[in-house]
Amino acid sequence: MLYRENGQFKTSYRADSQIFTIRQDKIAIAGLLLLAFVLTPWLASDYFFSAILIPFLILSLAALGLNVLVGYCGQISLGTGAFMAVGAYAAYNFQVRVEHMPLIGSILLGGLCATAVGVLFGIPSLRIKGLYLAVATLAAQFFCDWAFLRIKWFTNNSSSGNVSVSELSVWGHAIDTPAQKYLFCLSFVVLFALLTKNLVRGAIGREWMAMRDMDVAAAVIGIRPVYAKLTAFAVSSFIVGVAGALWGFVHLGSWEPAAFSIDRSFQLLFMIIIGGLGSVMGSFFGAAFIIFLPIVLNQLPAAMGLQIGTETASHLELMVFGALIIFFLIKEPHGLARLWSTAKEKLRLWPFPH
Amino acid sequence: MSTLKSFAIASSLAALSLAGLVTEAVAQAKEQFFPLLVYRTGPYAPNGTPWANGKQDYIKMINARDGGINGVKVTFEECETGYATDKGVECYERLKGKNPSLFDPQATGITFALTDKVIKDKIPLVTLGYGLAASQDGNVFKWNFPLMGSYWTAADMLIQHLAKKEGGFDKLKGKKIALVYHDSPFGKEPMPLLDERQKMHGFELIKIPVTAPGVEQKSAWLQVRQQRPDYVLLWGWGVMNSTALKEAQATGYPREKMYGVWWAGAEPDVKDVGEGAKGYNALALNTSGQAPKVIQDILKYVHGKGEGTGPKEEVGSVLYTRGLIIQMLGVEAVRRAQERFGKGKVMNAEQVRWGLENLALDQKRLDALGFAGVMRPISTSCQDHMGSSWARVHSWDGAKWNFSSDWYQADEQIIKPMVKAAADKYATEKKLERRTPADCQS
Repeated sequence: MLYRENGQFKTSYRADSQIFTIRQDKIAIAGLLLLAFVLTPWLASDYFFSAILIPFLILSLAALGLNVLVGYCGQISLGTGAFMAVGAYAAYNFQVRVEHMPLIGSILLGGLCATAVGVLFGIPSLRIKGLYLAVATLAAQFFCDWAFLRIKWFTNNSSSGNVSVSELSVWGHAIDTPAQKYLFCLSFVVLFALLTKNLVRGAIGREWMAMRDMDVAAAVIGIRPVYAKLTAFAVSSFIVGVAGALWGFVHLGSWEPAAFSIDRSFQLLFMIIIGGLGSVMGSFFGAAFIIFLPIVLNQLPAAMGLQIGTETASHLELMVFGALIIFFLIKEPHGLARLWSTAKEKLRLWPFPH
Repeated sequence: MSTLKSFAIASSLAALSLAGLVTEAVAQAKEQFFPLLVYRTGPYAPNGTPWANGKQDYIKMINARDGGINGVKVTFEECETGYATDKGVECYERLKGKNPSLFDPQATGITFALTDKVIKDKIPLVTLGYGLAASQDGNVFKWNFPLMGSYWTAADMLIQHLAKKEGGFDKLKGKKIALVYHDSPFGKEPMPLLDERQKMHGFELIKIPVTAPGVEQKSAWLQVRQQRPDYVLLWGWGVMNSTALKEAQATGYPREKMYGVWWAGAEPDVKDVGEGAKGYNALALNTSGQAPKVIQDILKYVHGKGEGTGPKEEVGSVLYTRGLIIQMLGVEAVRRAQERFGKGKVMNAEQVRWGLENLALDQKRLDALGFAGVMRPISTSCQDHMGSSWARVHSWDGAKWNFSSDWYQADEQIIKPMVKAAADKYATEKKLERRTPADCQS
C-alpha cells in the first residue's frame, strides 16, 4: 500500500522527465543518501569502511564506467583494468611531479589521461565489433601491464616497481581515517552516478543505445558511429580512470601493476553482467554482489561456529559463489537490477496483482 | 514471484550475517593473539601451506609444552589471502581490531601495501627474509622488521658465493649472470644490489622477467639458451620454481649453475622435478629435517596428540621450519616485552614492537629453545631491524637438501649505505623524521 503513485500527477514536461518520478522513490533515495553520508560514518566500524565499503564504492564507480561502454553502447571491453591502471599511474605522476598538486586535481587529470588512452584503444571499435573488439581491448590490458612494469618513468624510478602515495588531503583537510576516506569516495561515486544517469537519459545516451541495438539502423537515421562510439569510450574510460586513481590512492595506498591485472577486468565485467547491463543501479548491485558475498561466505563458517580449515573455507567460498552466479543468471539473465525493477513493478500493484 | 522470494531470502541472509560480523564481540581475555595471514589456495599454495602449518604448530606447542608465554595463552586466527594484495589488506583490516601482536603478511606485495598502514595503527610488521630491503633501517621504518635477511642481503651472499667458486671477485669480470625473476616487487627487489655489484666487479647482469605466477617460461628460457649465462639466479616462488627447473632441464642448462633465493629452495620446488633438479642450489636461512629438539617437541606435544596442522611427514621441511622460526621470533618478542612491561601480562602491539626491537637471542638461548643448529644467533636494535644476515647455500641431491657452503654474511660496507640512502629517500617521500635517540628508548 505504501508504494503507489495514485494521485501524483505530472503537469509539466519537467516533472515528467525527472530521474525519480515517484515521490516514494525520492524519499527512498533521500533516505539512502542520508544513511550513506550521515549515519554510516557514525555507525560503521573501521573494518567495515576499509575492507568493505571503500572497495565497494570504488569498484561500483569502475563498474559504472564500464557499464556506459558495454551496457549502454554495446562495445565489449576487456581493458578495464588497464584504464584503471592508467588513471592510477597518471594521477600518481601528477602528484609526485607537480608541486602543490591538489589531490582532486590529480585524480581528475588521471581520469583525463585514461580518457586519452581509452579513445586510442577505442578506435578499432569503428571497424570491429563484439568478441573481436573484446580481443582488441585485451591488447590495451597487456600493453598497459607491460608499460607500467617496464618503463621506469611511470613509477618514478622505483626499484621494485611499486609506487605509493601518502598524506592525502583536500583543501587542507587530511583524509586519514577510514570514515574520511569513505566519505571522499562516496562523494565521487554519487556525483559520477548522477552525471552518468543524466548522460544516458540525454541525447548522447540515446545515440549510444541506438548504436548498441542496431548500428546500421542508427547510422541510417543520422547517428554518427564514430562520434557515438568514441564518446562512449571517452566517458567510460574517464570514469574508470578516476576509479583507478581512487583504488590506488585511497584504498591501497601503495600498488603494483598486479593490482590492475586482467583479473580486475574480468571481475568488473562480471559485476555488470550480474548487476545488470545498461543500468546505473546494476553497477552498484553487481559490485555489492561480487565484493560482499565472498567476504561473507568466507567468514560464515567461523561465525556459525563451524570448525573447518582455512583452505576448506576458501574452497567452499569459491564453490558457493560460483553456484550463486549461475543461479542468478539462470533465474534472471538481465541481472540483479532487473530483479529490482520487477520487484518495484510488483510493489506498485500490490496487494491487487492482475 | 519465486525469483523475488529467493532474492529476498538471499539478501536478508547476507544482511544478517554482515550485521553479525560488525557487532562481533572482541574477546579480550588473557590471551596473546597472533593473526596468521596465510595462502593455502592458489598457485603459491604448495609453498604457503607448510609455512603456515609451521607457524600454527609452534603456537600449539608453546601452549601444550609451556602453558603459553609466562602463563599467557597464545591464540591465533588464520585469514586466507591467496597471495593477493587486496585480499591481504582485507585480512589485515579484519584482524587488526582484535589486539594483534604483529602481522607477518607472507607476501612482498601485501607488505608494501601495509607498510603505510601499520604506522598509523601502531602494529609491527615482521617480514622474515622478504619485504622491503630498506626497512632494515629502524630509524626510519619504526614498525617494519625484515628479520634475518632481505633480498639485498640474499643477492649479496649469492654473488659472494659465485665469486668464491670462481676464485675471487676479480674473476667475475666478463662473466654473464642472469637473473630469472618473478615479475613483481618480490622479483625486482634484489636488482639495486645486483646493479651495484655489477658496477664493482664488471660482470654482465641479464634480467629476464617471468610473468606471475610463472607457469609460462618458454620465452625466458629461450633467452637463457641464446645468452648462455655463466650462472642463473632464480628469484621465484611457488609453482614458478619447479617450472624453471623443468625448463632448465629442457633447455639443457646445467642445474649446478642455478642458484635460487631462499624462497626457491624448499621441497615443493624440487620434489616433482626429481632427478631433473639434481645439482640445483639455493640459499638456506635454516636447516631442514626432524633432528632439532624443537621439531621433536612438536612431534611429541602437537602431532603426538593428534593436533598437528599438516601431515606428519612435512614437519621439519624447509618452509615448515622457517614458519617455526618466524613464530618463535614473534613469541620471543612477546617474552622480551614482558620482561619490561610485566610478566604474565598480555602485550599490546606497541609493546611487542619494543620486544622485536630488543631481541637478543644468543646461542645459549637458541639451544634452550631447541633451535640449536637451525639458525644463527640474532639480536636487533633500534638502528638494525634485521638482526643478522646469515645464510648458507644448499644443494639438492635428488632426494634431500645438503649444505654445500659455509655461512655467509652480507657485506655491510655495500648494504649499509644502500639501506641508508633508500630509507632516506622513503623518509623524504613520506615526510617522515628520523627517530630520535629518545624514541629508541620507548
